[in-house]
Amino acid sequence: MIDKNTTAENLTIGGNIYDAGNALEFKTGDWRSVKPIFLSEKCKQCGLCFPVCPDDAIPVTNEQKRLDFNYDYCKGCGVCAKVCPFNAIEMKRN
Amino acid sequence: MSIRERLSGNEAVATAMKQINPDVVAAFPITPSTEIPQYFSTFVSNGSVDTEFVAVESEHSAMSACIGAEAAGARAMTATSANGLSLMWEMIYIASSLRLPIVMSLVNRAVSGPLNINNDHSDAMGVRDAGWIMLFSENNQEAYDNTIMAHRIAENKDVLLPLMVCQDGFITSHSIENIELIEDEKVKSFIGEYKPEHYLLNDKEPIAVGPLDVQAYLFEHKYQQAQAMVNAKKVIIDVANEFEKMTGRKYSFFEEYRLDDAEFAIVCMNSTAGTAKFVVDKLRTQGVKAGLLKVRVFRPFPAEEIAKALSSLKAVAVLDKSDSLNAAGGALFEDVTSAMFTNNVHVNTVNYIYGIGGRDTTCYDLESVFNDLQEIAKTNSLGNPYRYLGVRRNG
Repeated sequence: MIDKNTTAENLTIGGNIYDAGNALEFKTGDWRSVKPIFLSEKCKQCGLCFPVCPDDAIPVTNEQKRLDFNYDYCKGCGVCAKVCPFNAIEMKRN
Repeated sequence: MSIRERLSGNEAVATAMKQINPDVVAAFPITPSTEIPQYFSTFVSNGSVDTEFVAVESEHSAMSACIGAEAAGARAMTATSANGLSLMWEMIYIASSLRLPIVMSLVNRAVSGPLNINNDHSDAMGVRDAGWIMLFSENNQEAYDNTIMAHRIAENKDVLLPLMVCQDGFITSHSIENIELIEDEKVKSFIGEYKPEHYLLNDKEPIAVGPLDVQAYLFEHKYQQAQAMVNAKKVIIDVANEFEKMTGRKYSFFEEYRLDDAEFAIVCMNSTAGTAKFVVDKLRTQGVKAGLLKVRVFRPFPAEEIAKALSSLKAVAVLDKSDSLNAAGGALFEDVTSAMFTNNVHVNTVNYIYGIGGRDTTCYDLESVFNDLQEIAKTNSLGNPYRYLGVRRNG
């Protein structure tokens, strides 16, 4: 992991990234201005929300069951709330 | 035994490329470098190299293909001139910032306009701050030798920078001269196999090359590039020493020709050095202590070494085959004079812009420069240091 304090000697040349799957380390939740709230009592587990999430913000179990939002990656785009037929996702000011 | 041949500068470079046998050559024809990919494509067709030759649709694509190939883990080469290099401009910086040791043959030509296809150094001077190592060559032999040494310098792990070998368009590129070639096997073992530490086609290590470099990082990455250029100085000398052991031909940052006891000297690059040597010899027979400093390594710029070599002269003329159009002087002049100033060397130094757009520079022109230098030393008066050599003017 690098951050704004990493010295020139400890950065890779050209900013190359030598670890695959590193997007998990890049938390983008602080970009968010509005926040989706998961209303689990209204959710029918229809499976329409998580395929449209552009990031990794909706964790899904092996049984295809969605869990509450992972706000580390949610940028608050609201696409999930838009596609939900059951009003089980509510967008609120962050 | 080395092989004696007669080759043009372009043939010499193409022959070096044949012996290097790179994985990829991507090039687009442009005068006067056209012959290099032309000769090379015949080597590909004849099966004398294993290279993948990419006949791209533009120079922007030529450099892009080289970048892709080099990042993938291949050795990539290209050749171009003038406006072809201008079209590569964007990718020239990408190549150096991604630290890809691509080797390019730059056959120097005026960047138009007005439209001109003849020799000067405006193409090379346009990319002097792009982070490429830049070697200049007086003749076909030096263009060949510099190309053979190129990969060893560029690919060194302390360097990892792209490198261009410059020679004068037409004057060198199209003139056939004697040359001593190195045997194929010797070149092969001198250069060795290219084994990059990280590369895109390594399925054991998936990597990302060229990600977004935001405010927190680009400054440090530029510093790394700058340090690599500093490191290149030692590597260039190490490789030259090894090359000398193989061939007997000696190279350094620059060549000092009768400079030891000289009082007046010309500083220049590429083919003009040949004319300057003739003039120096002639003036020496007349008792004038003339000398020459021919710059071979322009990037990295050997500032301290050049300043030291010029420190005991009475007057110096720096010849620029390209004008920076800054109302002050050419690029080589600025580098040389700032090197002298920062190293506490204070010798009267003037600049001559010369040979623009392929204008011949004769021995009489260079004699007039030495005459001017003697006058400067005698009167201790510099006059206007920013001069044009042989330009037609009223009066």
